[in-house]
Order: sequence, then C-alpha cells, then structure tokens
Amino acid sequence: MFYKRVFGIPRAGFASPFSQFELLRQQMERLSEAFDLGTSSTPSAGVFPLINLTEDRNNYYIKAELPGVKASVLDIQAKDKSISVSGERKIEAEIDDVKYHRKEREEGKFSRMISLPGEIDEEKIDAQLKSGILKIVVPKSEAAKPRKITVK
Amino acid sequence: MDTNGIKDLKVREKQEVDLSVEQTRPGLVFTPDVDIFETENDIILLADMPGVKAENLTIDLRENVLTLSGYSDDEENRDTSVLISEYEVGKYYRQFNIAEVVVQDKIDAQLSDGTLRLTLPKVEKAKPRQITVKTA
Repeated sequence: MFYKRVFGIPRAGFASPFSQFELLRQQMERLSEAFDLGTSSTPSAGVFPLINLTEDRNNYYIKAELPGVKASVLDIQAKDKSISVSGERKIEAEIDDVKYHRKEREEGKFSRMISLPGEIDEEKIDAQLKSGILKIVVPKSEAAKPRKITVK
Repeated sequence: MDTNGIKDLKVREKQEVDLSVEQTRPGLVFTPDVDIFETENDIILLADMPGVKAENLTIDLRENVLTLSGYSDDEENRDTSVLISEYEVGKYYRQFNIAEVVVQDKIDAQLSDGTLRLTLPKVEKAKPRQITVKTA
C-alpha cells in the first residue's frame, strides 16, 4: 500500500521526477516523527539504577531512584571523568511467620558507571540520599567550564 | 552472608497506569511495586514510591478499597539542560481490594527512604459463643 501511494500517483502534467522524491522524503520524515512522539527519554543503558543526568554552567547533576536503600551501603567513587555508584538493596526479613500475597519488590546488588562529558573536580563532589532519591552534584573543573567572551 | 549468592538488580521500567478517571494534574502516572503479606494480626503493605514526601501521599480506605496515591515533586530544575534521561518522574497510583475487615482507626503508615510501610490491623475474629438454651 505504501508502494502504491508513493509510486502509483499518476504524474500530473510537468511534475519533475524530483518532486516524487521530495514527496517520499516528506512522507518518511512524517513517519519518523510519528514514532518519535511521546518519548523524551534517551535509550537507557539497561543497568540498575536508571539515572538522569543534567548540567548547568558549574555542575553536573546525577539522579537515581533507590527506594529502600540505606546511605551506609552506598559506595560512590570518582575517577577521571567517571562516577561509579554501587551498593545493595536489602529487604529485611520479617520477624513473624508471614504469608506473602504479593512480592514485587526485589533485592540485590548493583553497580553503575557514569561517564561525564567533561573534566570534573573530584574533591568537591556532594551526594545526598533523600526519600529514596540519590542526588550527586559533580562540580566541573575550572578548565571545563564554558568561558564567557566579552565582545569589545 | 555469602556475597556471591546475592543476585544483581535488574532494571525494570516504571509501569504506567491507564486511569479510568481523568486527572486534573497533567503528567505521568506509575504503578508502585508492592509487597503484601499477612501476619496473625495485621495485613502489611510495602510500596516503593521514591521521591514522594509524606505530605504528598494520600492513603484512603473506603468500602474495602485501599487507594494509594502520591506524587514526586522532584522535578528538574529549569536552568539545567538534560544530558541523559532514563527515568521519568510523576504520580504513583494503585488500588487494592482488602478482603479482611480492618480496624480503621489503628491503621499505621510510615514512609522512610522512599518506601511506604502500611500496617492494617485485622479485626479480631468473633469468638464462637455458646448459647445455652434454658428450659422454662
């Protein structure tokens, strides 16, 4: 059907063969737009935990959702332009003899490496774990910061 | 414990909910992962709701339907630009049918490290009463 619509159009008058290509190109564009709609997220690396990385002039901000993970079991390390986050999520065993109806929450260990696009100041990294969300603020090194150039 | 025996956590994409009721607040709605178990006296529910603060969480029990609803206000700062976005933030919503009769005023809810622990005490089973038939 797609073939017929693209190639089966009767040529109208003096239409150049290029207009057919132009039509095809437009249709392909529209098709790819239709697939792109609705998702703003980038394909994930598929490694736990999922992260969001943002930046401003001075810092990189890494965020990850880690519900039920204690700060004491988190291990965060910085080396060159990479930050590694590893730890373990434990689900405490219930004391009483319990009967489970549903068990969807999982436990296990995790380790994730995040490469940052620029140089960082390893000494000043700050990490906080609040309401199950880990936030790491990674200051950019002076050399990596964008410089403002004044036009005289 | 032997550390080699611990399995690695796998990534699970958040599950979006298809709500039958329209929302006033725009945004995505996800299903929180839960554990539900029963002890002799209580029904206990654990739900993972990262980013939800106590003031943004509503727990409602009405006619045996328990509704959990909360939202994360952890939105991105507008002044930052996004480099990687692997997860999205939104509302959490889930409903359960509670078969047991629950002591409504003794329900306990605790939120810590992004996990909700809800304790629903069961009503004590009525003790079988013996009725003695008196002879007139």
